[in-house]
Amino acid sequence: MGNLGVNFYESASVILFGIGFMNLLLQKNLIKKFIGLNIMDTAVFLFLAAKGFVFGGSAPIIVDGITDASYYVNPVPAGLVLTGIVVAVSVTAFSLALVQRLYQHYGSLNMDVIMRKMKEEEH
Amino acid sequence: MRETIQVILIVFLILSAIGVSVTKNLFMAVIVFMGYSSIMAVIWLLLEAPDLSITQAAVGVGVDSILFFLTLKKIHQIKGTEEG
Amino acid sequence: MEWRMWLQKIKDWVDGYTVMIDADMYIANRKRREKWDWRSIIDFIYEKDLHKLHNTLCVMCCVAFIGVMLLVVNDLPQYGNVNNPANNEVSVRYVEEGLEETGAVNLVTGMILDYRAFDTFAEANVLFLSVMGVLFLLKTDKKNDDKQQQMVRKKDAEMEAIEQKPIRQIGAKYLTPFILLYGIYIVINGHISPGGGFAGGVIMGGGMIFYATAFGKEKMEQIFTFRSFANISVGSLLTYFVCKSYSFFTGANHVGWEVPKGVAGNILSAGLILPLNICVGLVVACTMYGFYALYTKGDI
Repeated sequence: MGNLGVNFYESASVILFGIGFMNLLLQKNLIKKFIGLNIMDTAVFLFLAAKGFVFGGSAPIIVDGITDASYYVNPVPAGLVLTGIVVAVSVTAFSLALVQRLYQHYGSLNMDVIMRKMKEEEH
Repeated sequence: MRETIQVILIVFLILSAIGVSVTKNLFMAVIVFMGYSSIMAVIWLLLEAPDLSITQAAVGVGVDSILFFLTLKKIHQIKGTEEG
Repeated sequence: MEWRMWLQKIKDWVDGYTVMIDADMYIANRKRREKWDWRSIIDFIYEKDLHKLHNTLCVMCCVAFIGVMLLVVNDLPQYGNVNNPANNEVSVRYVEEGLEETGAVNLVTGMILDYRAFDTFAEANVLFLSVMGVLFLLKTDKKNDDKQQQMVRKKDAEMEAIEQKPIRQIGAKYLTPFILLYGIYIVINGHISPGGGFAGGVIMGGGMIFYATAFGKEKMEQIFTFRSFANISVGSLLTYFVCKSYSFFTGANHVGWEVPKGVAGNILSAGLILPLNICVGLVVACTMYGFYALYTKGDI
């Protein structure tokens, strides 16, 4: 037995990524697909943040002028994830706008129905 | 003690992710996703990243769910449908 | 006799008669190859009733992926160990020299707004571009509109005029100033406490959305128009650009002319981080409110 139980955050993030990916592949409804995409996003963020954690470390805000590296957790993943969360929102907003336009045009959100109607329009 | 709480939170996280996939009702799916985001905010706090916690709480529960609800209103499915 | 025929053929070929005839014949008789449409896969699946096979294959792919990744996680270094390869010299440098070099007590803010400021500039641009994309997709054009959409919009306006929402209005009246104040506090204290431009901007946008849900678009248009939206976002992005490019042109590593850092822990400290935080917060707040306004009324 290796580090699977010790690295429980990483294991959980991998499982969450799989669940989100399954949503993206299997769901017929577009809104559910985008919720799956959001779950994948948060899974990746969880993996990154878990890699930067240090036991006994506090948040990377300097207290009492102590500048010892082992006293704080790693600030690099937190900075990367902070911008990632906000960009994930803008991606969600843009994709939901596309969903609204698709509904106005085709009158449905089922992927198969949209594809059929698209094909009929071309011929 | 701290690890036990973390494991319980992670189990809730995975359960709510599965719940989003299984439910037929779109309104319910968005509500469960809100719960998922707030659990995520607590986990950021336990991982010693308070910046991420504030941002995730404001984004996941506030803005993201408002965008989803407005889209559901536009596509006339706020009461929920049987269409998976 | 044979060779004469061949000779004639070669002569004709040199003169170019047969080539033309052959080409005409080829063009007339050739079969058009049907262009393959990838969407026909869906029809194929429906015809042969392959849904179950497709779903099983997808689930098997995902489970195999999860299994492989769990094997990888099994071999990763232990969680929370100080000597992990993730905690390398970069983070040590940020922690040990960050306070001296940037003047920010919050090391994350110091990192994303000083060491990696161009990265954050691009992120702010991504937000602005996404609100522009939503604007192109959802902005309503009153001259170019079909009857059904007009009916829907009329009905919505009537519903909104009739609807009474006393709880939301009283709540918004008294709570919005505090929400905005909390957002401004988080933005301004970004370099000495957790928070910063992104978190505070989202909170300020949430406060504006709350006010708009309670009082409708007429009242919101008196305060916040498209013109103010454009001025605030573009002005903030330009200010960010000017601040950071000035800092880079006068010596990339703040060599030479240096912004005074001040006493660490005061609000007026940490050089350019405070104005950059305010710029990012304004852009994020405008973006969040812009999404809401475009989704509800099709205009900012």
